This record gives sequence, C-alpha cells and structure tokens, in this order.
Amino acid sequence: MTKITPAMVKEHGLSESEYQKILDLMGREPSFVELGIFSVMWSEHCSYKSTRAHLKKLPTKAPWVIQGPGENAGVIDIGDGDAAIFKMESHNHPSFIEPYQGAATGVGGIMRDVFTMGARPIAMMNALRFGEPSHPKTRHLVSGVVSGIGGYGNCMGVPTVGGEVNFHPSYNGNILVNAMCVGLARQDKIFLSAAKGAGNPVVYVGSKTGRDGIHGATMASAEFDDASEEKRPTVQVGDPFTEKLLLEACLELMATDAIIAIQDMGAAGLTSSSAEMGDKGGSGIELDLDKVPQRETNMTAYEMMLSESQERMLAVLRPGREAQAEAIFKKWELDFAVIGITTDTSRLVVKHKGKVEADMPITALSDAAPIYERPYTEREAQTGEPAYDKSKPVLASLKAILASPDMASRRWVWEQYDHTVMADTVQVPGGDAAVVRIHGTQKALAITTDVTPRYCRPDPFEGGKQAVAEAWRNLTAVGALPLAVTDNLNYGNPQKPEIMWEIVAGIDGIGAACRALDFPVIGGNCSLYNETNGEGILPTPAIGAVGLMKDVTKMATVAFKRAGDVVILIGETKGHLGQSIYLREIEGQEEGAAPKVDLGTEKKHGDFVRGLIEAGRVDTVHDVSDGGLLVAIAEMAMPRGIGASVGMAGLAEAIPFWFGEDQARYCLAAPFAEAEKIVAEARAAFITVAELGKTGGDKLTLDNKDSVAITDLKAGFESWFPNFMAGEEIPVTN
Amino acid sequence: MKSAVIVFPASNCDRDAKVALEQMTGKTPAMVWHQDSELPDVDLVVLPGGFSYGDYLRCGAMASQSAVMRSVKAHADKGGMVLGVCNGFQVLTESHMLPGALMRNAALKFVCKPVGLEVQETQSGFTRKYESGQRVTFPVAHGEGSYFADEETLDRLEGENRVAFRYAKGENPNGAARDIAGILSEKRNVLGLMPHPERVVDDVLGGTDGRGLFQSLIEALS
Repeated sequence: MTKITPAMVKEHGLSESEYQKILDLMGREPSFVELGIFSVMWSEHCSYKSTRAHLKKLPTKAPWVIQGPGENAGVIDIGDGDAAIFKMESHNHPSFIEPYQGAATGVGGIMRDVFTMGARPIAMMNALRFGEPSHPKTRHLVSGVVSGIGGYGNCMGVPTVGGEVNFHPSYNGNILVNAMCVGLARQDKIFLSAAKGAGNPVVYVGSKTGRDGIHGATMASAEFDDASEEKRPTVQVGDPFTEKLLLEACLELMATDAIIAIQDMGAAGLTSSSAEMGDKGGSGIELDLDKVPQRETNMTAYEMMLSESQERMLAVLRPGREAQAEAIFKKWELDFAVIGITTDTSRLVVKHKGKVEADMPITALSDAAPIYERPYTEREAQTGEPAYDKSKPVLASLKAILASPDMASRRWVWEQYDHTVMADTVQVPGGDAAVVRIHGTQKALAITTDVTPRYCRPDPFEGGKQAVAEAWRNLTAVGALPLAVTDNLNYGNPQKPEIMWEIVAGIDGIGAACRALDFPVIGGNCSLYNETNGEGILPTPAIGAVGLMKDVTKMATVAFKRAGDVVILIGETKGHLGQSIYLREIEGQEEGAAPKVDLGTEKKHGDFVRGLIEAGRVDTVHDVSDGGLLVAIAEMAMPRGIGASVGMAGLAEAIPFWFGEDQARYCLAAPFAEAEKIVAEARAAFITVAELGKTGGDKLTLDNKDSVAITDLKAGFESWFPNFMAGEEIPVTN
Repeated sequence: MKSAVIVFPASNCDRDAKVALEQMTGKTPAMVWHQDSELPDVDLVVLPGGFSYGDYLRCGAMASQSAVMRSVKAHADKGGMVLGVCNGFQVLTESHMLPGALMRNAALKFVCKPVGLEVQETQSGFTRKYESGQRVTFPVAHGEGSYFADEETLDRLEGENRVAFRYAKGENPNGAARDIAGILSEKRNVLGLMPHPERVVDDVLGGTDGRGLFQSLIEALS
C-alpha cells in the first residue's frame, strides 16, 4: 500500500491538523484512494467549512418552501400542485482557464442539479463578471464564456432568459461565471438524494467515466497564480447532446416508481454523489468499480473516484427494477450499470480488481468534516460625500453612461442564447426580470439575478442587503410576487480576516433583507478563493430569485407604450452619489459610502407597485437602480423610441437628482386619469411620489430646455458591446 | 388534418411543434421516434428544430440517415406534406429532399432574435393564407442557417417560385444567399425554413404571425 507522505497531504490541499483529524477518524493511516476522497469531500467547495457556521443564520423557511438548502436544489410551492425547483452555482475557476468548456459544463452541472430532483428545466439565467475591457484577456473570455453558455443551453432546448454582465479590474485574473437553472415539477413527483434502506441496487447512468476533471473541487478551493493555466486538464469537457438524452431518460424513469434516490455526479463525481446519498439516507454504500462504464483504459480506483466526467447520475433503485430502468436508458443510448449496493454499515466501501481500495465511515466525510470559525476584522468604512463637478452637462453624461461597459445593452450576449425555445418566454432579456409562463397555464415565473459588487466592497453588509432588495424589486417591477432566493456567494480567500469579514457581513446583510422581505434562501453555493496573486475580487454575493405571477396577461415591462402617459416616480430621491455609476464613469472615482437600503420602505413601495400591476392599472414599470433615475427613464424610452419630457422634483441639484442611486424607487408611466389616482393613493399611503413629466415625441427633454434624440442615446447604448467584441481598441483606464 | 412530429435524439422544438399543432388544429399530432421505420397515416410530417444527434457532424447529417427518414421520403414522394423548421430544414437538405445546404452563420455566432420576413410565394399549401409580399415576423434561433446553393440552383428556385420566405431588406441574420429563409420542393409539398413559425402562434408570446402557416395547412389538407 502507498505510504502517505506529508508532501502528498499538502498536494491534496489538506492542512496538518486536518490530516491529524483523518488519522483519528480512521484509526489508521488512510489509503491513497481514501486520502483523495477526504481531499475532495473536505475541500471548501464540497464542505463549506469556512461558511457553514454563518450560512446557518440565513432564513430558509416559509409556508411555501417545500425544500430548503441541503438538497441538489431548493423547491417552492407555486400553487395547483406545481413546484418550482431552482439553484445557482458558480463555475469560476474552470471558466477562467478554459472559458468555453468551463461555462458550458457550469450550465450542464446546474441543469443536472435541477432535473435530478424530477423537474424539467424551463429557464436558465447567468451572472457573469469579467475584468476590465482593456485587459488583454477580457475579450477572449467574454467570447468563450458566452458561446459556451449558448452552446450547452441552446442544444438542451432550455431558454436562457437573462442575467448580468459586469466588468471590473478586480476580476482581471479571476472571472465569475454563475449559472442558475429553474425547473418545474409536480409536488408529488420530487426526487431526493437520501439512499434509504439496505440491499438496494446502486446504478450508474449517463456518460462513461474518463480522466477529465480529476480534482476539480480541490482546484476550485485554492487561489490562482500565474501557473494556473497549466491546470487546464482539470477542466471537464461538456457534451450537451448526452445531457439532453440523460434529461429525457431520467424524466422517463422518474415517471415510474423505480427510484428510491437519485443524485447527479457533479463536483467530486462518484465520491460525493455516493457519500452524500449514503449520508442522507443513513446507510452505507458499497461500490464495485470494475462495473463502472469507462472510456479510458487502466483507470485506477483513485482516478475513477475523483473523475469529474460530465453527464453522469447515480441512482438507488427499488430491488427488481433494474431491467425496467435499463430498458429506458438503452432506448436513449446511454450507459447503464449496476455498480453497487446499499448496506446497513454506514460505510463507504470501494472495491476494484478484487481489492478493497477504501473503507471509511460516511459520517467522516460529512458531519465530521472540519468547520472553521475563521477570524475576521472589519475594514475601515468608506464614508463621506464624494466631490464632483456640478457644471457637467447632464445629457452628455447620460449619453456617456449609456455607452459605458457596465450600462450598455447586452443584446450582443443574449442574442447568442436561444431565449424563446419551449415557446413560453413572455418577457425576453433586457427588462427588469425575465418572465416564463408555466406551460399550459396562465401562471408565470419571474426570474432575476442581481448584485452590485461596487457597493459590497465599501460596505459588505449594505451590499448584501441591496443585492436581495434589488432582486426583490426587479421581480416586483414585472408584477410578480417574490417567493425565494438562491445565493451564489463569490468571495476571496477566507483565511484573510478582511475577506472573512466581507463574507460574514455579506451573509448578515442577505439574511436581514431576506427576513424583512419574506424572501427565504432555499439553496446556493459558495465560491471562495477568488483571488489571483493575492488580489481578491470585489465581494460578489449574486442573488438569483424567483417570483410568481398568477395572471401572465397582467404584466409590466420597462418600455414606454403610449405618448401622453404621465411619468411617475415612486420613492424618495436624496441624491446618493457614493459608489454610483455616475461617479465612476464621469468622475473616474470609486468613492464614498454605498447607498443604504431601508427594508421597510422597500417592502412598502414594492407592495404598492405590485398591487397596481396585478390590478391591471399599470403596464409600464422600471426599477431605478444602476445609473439612477435618468438612466431608468432612458431605458424606458429606447425600446420603442418613445421619448419624454421630464423635470426635477424635490431636489435642487441636477446631478444627484438624475444620477443618484437611492434605493426603493420605481419609475412608472400611466395615462393621465389613472396617474392622478395613483399619485393620490400613494400620498394617502405616505409614499413619496412625484410626477416628473409626460411621454411623447422622439426626444428626451429635461426641464423644457435641453434635449437629446432617443436614436442618439440608442446608438451608443447598442453599439458599445458589438464594437468592443469586434476588436475596437479600448482606452486603458487609470 | 392529421399530423406527426418526428423526434430525433436532441430534437428540442418537438414539444413546441406539438403544442402549436394542437392549438391550431385542435388535434394532437403523433410523436414518432426516429427509430420507428413506419409513419402513422398522416397528412403532414413535421421535422422539428433542435440539435439532432448533437449536430456533431454537419447539422442534420446524422438524422438524415435515421430509419424514420426513409418513410418520410416515401410520404413526400406520394405527395404528402413535410414541414422542416430550423434543424428540420437542415435534415431536409441533408436528405436531398430540398436542394442546397445550410452553412455556418456569416457572423460565426448563434443568433436568436425576431426577424422580419416577406412571404414571397403564396401558391403553396404552407403559405396560401398569407398575402403575397406580406411582411411577417418570426424568431430565428440557429448557428448554421446561412442558405447556400450554386447560382444555377438559386436561379432555378427563383424561376420556379420556390422561395417561400425571404428575409426582409436589412434583416438577413445569417448571410443566406439572396436572403432566402425558406424554400419549397419541386412538387411544392415540402417546405424547409430556418425561422420558427411555431413560436409565434400565441398572443402572449408577442406575435401571431406564424398562424397563417398552420391555417394554410389546415385549408390545404382538409
């Protein structure tokens, strides 16, 4: 047997104290295979060892939550016996090394998480962060990631309905690729991963196992350095064709009652799927690796247990149902093999070529995995009012902002995603939230992903609150009732106290907002060690959220629809410019405090606006966020080329009024008579409200003086992305 | 009107086609698996969009060799109607049921967006309910939709009025020769087109321009 050396322990990403714990748990020196299994199961990626203690503080329950965190994905009740199943997950490190395959397999992985629970995926979203546009790698990474997401999702026939794309130098060496999948199931047909009972067959279905992706989970749990690109062999290769067959075959098998438990083989492949199923079912699992379908010769037990080959599932069947299941997988031309059996020993036993390669208590891999209460220290807060030039012309700044990397149209991106397949996409990308009809009904789900990382660096707590509040606001703005959240927490190295503080404060902020807004967290994923050469990313706790619309015909979109509508602003404008887009794009500063979120006001304003949409009284709503009020109005004018004439209300200074990023605000447009009623009702409810002007014409006019043609605004808004990707030179900032 | 939708491995608009047919004809089409060598008794066969066999070879090339395609060809030879949308159009050219080929989009990227089309030819069972020259909007969603054929074939298609749909001026999303979006077979009973009429039969989805195609089929086949 291989003698375990300290060097081997280190190469497996385990600390000395962790190795000592392994010796104590095993009562002997582990075998090489066992060391590999510990290494992946105790990795940050699989064990959440730095965050578990803090994640516990998040609210996860509500009457409509069917399944909270801990399964492959969360499940909520959406009425009539239907359930929405969703989750968001990162594939950051692989996507930086190999953008196409990294992003593609990220999409494939999150889809499996959803359909392994019995749901048909009905929508995909993604949240992407790249380095600054002038960085030599950015264009290549954007191109690869976008085509990877499209390449996989388009072939699967699941519409990719929206997401976010941001650029910032802090992601130069460590991009973020977070993918979210939403699926639909019947509440009485939800499949879990608990492998209950002994003597049941453990079956392997899907693609064959190769040597790809070995130690992917360990890679995802370490910082990057300049040599990281040598890790390309640890990136898996996706095969969406096989995944499509696997989806259809699994759903066909799930229509029978042959399955006891099922789990996809994601990070740490066969190891984590078998350990998690045994752990949740309170049983043991014995695997015979000779039976595993293999696409390479002479694979060792170590390689098979740690391979992250894609498009594979592990299931536990009721005894005697093997032939029925096999027939389904053969029809879809997929591999099927009985590779083991459940036992009553609570041990994971791995046999290969007549030898026992691993024999370990399953709880050692789950409950006994280390948990760290890592120390954290608060960074000094950024405060104060940033200075700005009050004389700069407002409309020229608006034009510049609309044509800036973070604010320009993402059409170049989402036109590469099939967003209308399945013929249920009611609101396409480009609005506040995507809306997908529940097939065959009048109901619909609204879906969004949000976070404003530039707020999270100076104030991780308010930034966490704001991410949740903005997601809630975006769902509200289309007319949906926000129901639940999946979080994708992207941070740097948790062993640095300041980063750990960002994590803890971020989670606290998310928790505070989710509690106040009745918006439970039903699942998520942590991606730590997002650093390169010691430089951390902006804290990026991406929030994916889902809301329900009872009647899809009562929906709001951002576009102005008629001339003569009154433009109404709900919410108070104090003119907060700290960390705003205006300050960054026009003044070149990333300064000041992040805007504060008053959660009570958020709820009050949102409930008011949603009520108007649900009653069919308003069909034009936009949340006011990045870039402030004037950017919101421009975004409402551009889709149909309908202009507006608007003026200031309640504030004397133009720049803070038009570009401040105060929270809890919505911009509405409604015909005169309705608008008068809305304003009166808002005042009666003590909601700050203002009439800003009227829609019409083909220009945006301010205070009856300066104006700009909508076509002018649109030209810059639509051209930045295609020009950038076509190779137009980007001036180096700073 | 009785119809069948062929399901290849990784077809992914098969359900959309089924739903549109149900909605427009009131009858549920038969879903036919690619390994079935016999077709049920139907008036219309639909080859749906998707990525048959992963499109890992040329798009539609593998599907054109599948067992069911022999029956689809026989159905067309007898004068039965066949509609191929997107990947279905690719299968039809790979099967030589329609001339030419679908090449990679000129911009080398997948493209999904609503596209303006002109109905060029209304003398067919697929288009008779449209006005000649009528402008309609259908979504496209493809990476390899650039129609190509030699000049002689293109001239012949035009001469025989077999260009059913053309991308409107300035709307060609893929670099297709002569802005061709959809063509008819010589006997005018087979139509292949890249845009998706089945995604625009429902008001809620932002358009109903696709209904004319299904209404034409209903009228022609009843």
